[in-house]
Amino acid sequence: MSSVIKQFLYVNRKAPYGTVYALESLEVVLIGAAFEQDVRLLFMDDGVFQITKGQDTADIGMKNFSPTYGALGDYDVKYMYVCKQSLEERGLTVDDLLDLKWEDEDEDWAEKDSIILVDREEMKSLMTDADVVLSF
Amino acid sequence: MLHIVNKSPFDKNSLESCLSCAQDGSAVLLYEDGVYGAIKGSAYAERLQSAMSNITVYALEPDVKARGIADKVIDGIKLVDYNGFVELTAEKEAVNSWL
Amino acid sequence: MKYTIQINEGPYTHQASDSAYNFTKAALEKGYEIFRIFFYHDGVNNATRLTTPPQDDRNVITRWSELAAAHDLDLVVCVAAAQRRGIADADESARNGKDADNLAPGFRISGLGQLIEGGIIADRLVVFGD
Repeated sequence: MSSVIKQFLYVNRKAPYGTVYALESLEVVLIGAAFEQDVRLLFMDDGVFQITKGQDTADIGMKNFSPTYGALGDYDVKYMYVCKQSLEERGLTVDDLLDLKWEDEDEDWAEKDSIILVDREEMKSLMTDADVVLSF
Repeated sequence: MLHIVNKSPFDKNSLESCLSCAQDGSAVLLYEDGVYGAIKGSAYAERLQSAMSNITVYALEPDVKARGIADKVIDGIKLVDYNGFVELTAEKEAVNSWL
Repeated sequence: MKYTIQINEGPYTHQASDSAYNFTKAALEKGYEIFRIFFYHDGVNNATRLTTPPQDDRNVITRWSELAAAHDLDLVVCVAAAQRRGIADADESARNGKDADNLAPGFRISGLGQLIEGGIIADRLVVFGD
């Protein structure tokens, strides 16, 4: 089983806090990272709200889990694709998103951006390339 | 790829997002409340019909019948039963569920 | 053809579990293999044996238990999601100091790794949810 490497695409289309899907999907990504598969995350539609800066849940009594996205790079989850159109529709730019990085072992642990903005055409190929699509 | 959509386009943007991401030649199956997107002459019908030049659209007949819209389905949308649903998932290389 | 099925919603509120059941039955009738059915999010609520629907309604839970018994299905309930929602087998209940358990026959509680493994081993993963 360990020799099989599939491309897993996690499609995140839901906002955090209002429903539990974003949090529990992040838990799958964290566990899934241990399986050494080819993992990609796609944030589109309201899913882009999962990775915005400045989330503060103190007054709603729920856990702010947005810092966990920043740790994904350490779990070898390097590619976080964000739908450009979904950002624009919501009045956001990449500057409103968390500064997510991963370290490239092959380039002396150089820090690289995890977030890659994609248009619809690039999203089509992302989905076509995936062996397994997990949607939440 | 087989895209499956279970949301009415009048309630959620799942079908719209799906259509904008569906590669030419892929298939879209409407099931559960997704079948409301298959209604002829609705405000969404034109959008779906224009997408149908590049993708094949199916609707799950048991869900269509349950909702009383069997005689309102857009021409060209293919009705399948659960057997056909399973066959579609087997024919296409992966299934993308638009929740 | 080998399938893993993921169910993200509880019974009765959402059609997801019904759709997944009809899909699974059709796949089995075609001779396809169901490698695993994984219950996640509120989907874990499909696994409580305390469910008592009205007599003229389907029993979503026993339907799964019976299908599992007939076809030796692997019905896996996510442990983290189950703990949050009060679904427990006898072991889980004892471990967490609870006074009762409610896991229905044919289901087992395990980790999220079972979902990932299901995605790796099966030819297709089909997600039913909201």
